[in-house]
Amino acid sequence: MIDLIDIRKVFNVGRPNEFRAVNGVTLSIEQGKISVLKGPSGSGKTTLLSMMGCMSRPTSGRIKVCGVKISGIAQDGDRAIEVTSLPERFLTEVRRKTFGFIFQQSNLIRGITVIENVMLPAYPYGAKHSDLRVRAMSLLKLFNISDHALHRAEWLSGGEAQRATIARALMNDPFAIIADEPTAHLDTKLSREFMEIVARLKEDGKTALIASHDPIVYESPVVDRVVSMRDGMLVPD
Amino acid sequence: MGKSIERQRNIIDFTLSSLLRRKGKNISLMIVYTVIVFVLASVMFFTHSIKKEAHLILKDAPEMVVQKMIAGRHELIPEGYMEKIGGIRGVGSVHGRLWGYYYDPTVGANYTLLVPQDRKIESGEIIIGNGISRSRLAYEGDIIGFRSYDGSPMNLAIKEILSYDSELVSSDLVLISRDDFMTLFGMPKGHFTDLALSVRNPRELPTIAQKISDLLPDTRPIIRNEIERTYDSVFDWRGGVMVLILSTALLSFVIFAWEKASGLSADEKREIGILKGLGWETSDVIMIKFWEGVVVSLSSFLVGIILAYIHVFFTHAPLFEHTLKGWAILYPEFRLTPFVDAYQIFTLFFLTVVPYTVATIIPAWRAATVDPDSAMRT
Repeated sequence: MIDLIDIRKVFNVGRPNEFRAVNGVTLSIEQGKISVLKGPSGSGKTTLLSMMGCMSRPTSGRIKVCGVKISGIAQDGDRAIEVTSLPERFLTEVRRKTFGFIFQQSNLIRGITVIENVMLPAYPYGAKHSDLRVRAMSLLKLFNISDHALHRAEWLSGGEAQRATIARALMNDPFAIIADEPTAHLDTKLSREFMEIVARLKEDGKTALIASHDPIVYESPVVDRVVSMRDGMLVPD
Repeated sequence: MGKSIERQRNIIDFTLSSLLRRKGKNISLMIVYTVIVFVLASVMFFTHSIKKEAHLILKDAPEMVVQKMIAGRHELIPEGYMEKIGGIRGVGSVHGRLWGYYYDPTVGANYTLLVPQDRKIESGEIIIGNGISRSRLAYEGDIIGFRSYDGSPMNLAIKEILSYDSELVSSDLVLISRDDFMTLFGMPKGHFTDLALSVRNPRELPTIAQKISDLLPDTRPIIRNEIERTYDSVFDWRGGVMVLILSTALLSFVIFAWEKASGLSADEKREIGILKGLGWETSDVIMIKFWEGVVVSLSSFLVGIILAYIHVFFTHAPLFEHTLKGWAILYPEFRLTPFVDAYQIFTLFFLTVVPYTVATIIPAWRAATVDPDSAMRT
């Protein structure tokens, strides 16, 4: 589903504090599978994940994404699109249609209700507000937090906030879920609960990409593939 | 089309939630904004209306008035001057006018007394303006007592209450018969207050004025256009002085609004990062800030304009009355007829709503062009 070819990411190019976060990664992510990027802090997991999710561009290398249709671009069937050279507008569209994001912090917007937070990714689509509400509510029900739908986001506990974030990630019915250290702020019980949700997503045919150094995540039986990273490079198995 | 409207609706929905989240900041901003628009619009409405009223008065005024001067002061003009002026080529008609002021100590107001040319008033009767009627609580059929020049009382019956387009014309006006006027003020016979002229060709007005000055050096010809210009400049000047006094407040507002609108807090920047991460385009983020700016500035603008309208036309502009009206027309109180100039409203809109909205967009655009992965790292 996603092909990375010799990806490099360098920050502060040409400056004394130049830093190579990712250094020549070539990797294929399969559709419908759960893949985990494992490695210590600073190994380049988040940077690689953000490039795969079209949030940032690599300094060099190519990224191809399969199965996404972009309005205004002629495509040859279901062939993969090389996203690295796409203008910002199209890149945003790929990101919106293909990926749902779960950040390290829950990153819910404070001051607005939980249901509004869940609806946010769908606002730019121009769907009817009432339809969005129905869909958001059904997602909140799915994750057992519909009682909190009209509560402010900051009133949720850590586990509830995490579930609201997952509901938000699924709002646009994306092909893939990208999660960066999703269990970093969860206790063991909630972390296991999170992995159960991931298993359900896999059953629904979703692809999941998770960056984590939590054994509950990478040792979970639901995970299909674990990719180890260190110093911006893949570590051979 | 439908999608685009729904998209805007969704974005506006989020904008309103955003505004409510920062209630304190936005309400304080809207209050200051409203006060500024209110003050500017009040000055604008007032100056414009009073100028309009002045033009209404002058519409029916004679093309030229000739006054006699003694020691630089306006004096009564002898009847004989009429004949001399009437003999100048180009002069259409000349008639003598009788008018003056009367101070009424019971209500502390000045009345303008006038002997009308175009209507006959019987001796012992008067026609009064709305302002006098209101302040004296006197209506048709009532009798008003005057004190003549030698202290003897003089009772005059109200025949009618005047109603004109402009209260500035009629508010303090008393129309009186020629005989009563002469008796009340002890005017010497064969004299007028001034002379009113009409000319055959208005373009000759300056030439005729020059001829009058040459023929009768102790007179002062006043052309109607000159009065109009004087009114305009007096009220523009008064309005300008008000704005100048308020400029400090205005400047403080500009700094305040600029700081509030153009600076994004760390929270706002973080939110923009999250929205971009969730698939919002830069243009969507700018759209939120645009709507935020529009909601704050447009609602403040509308409230400010409405309050200014009420202040000027319903409550007689108590805040600026003394500065803007001047001493001469303070009493009796008159009500301004509402005149609103669309061009001025448009100018005020452009000077307040547009800069503020632009000021909110620029920082949002800067923040929205950063990579969305910043949201992953916070």
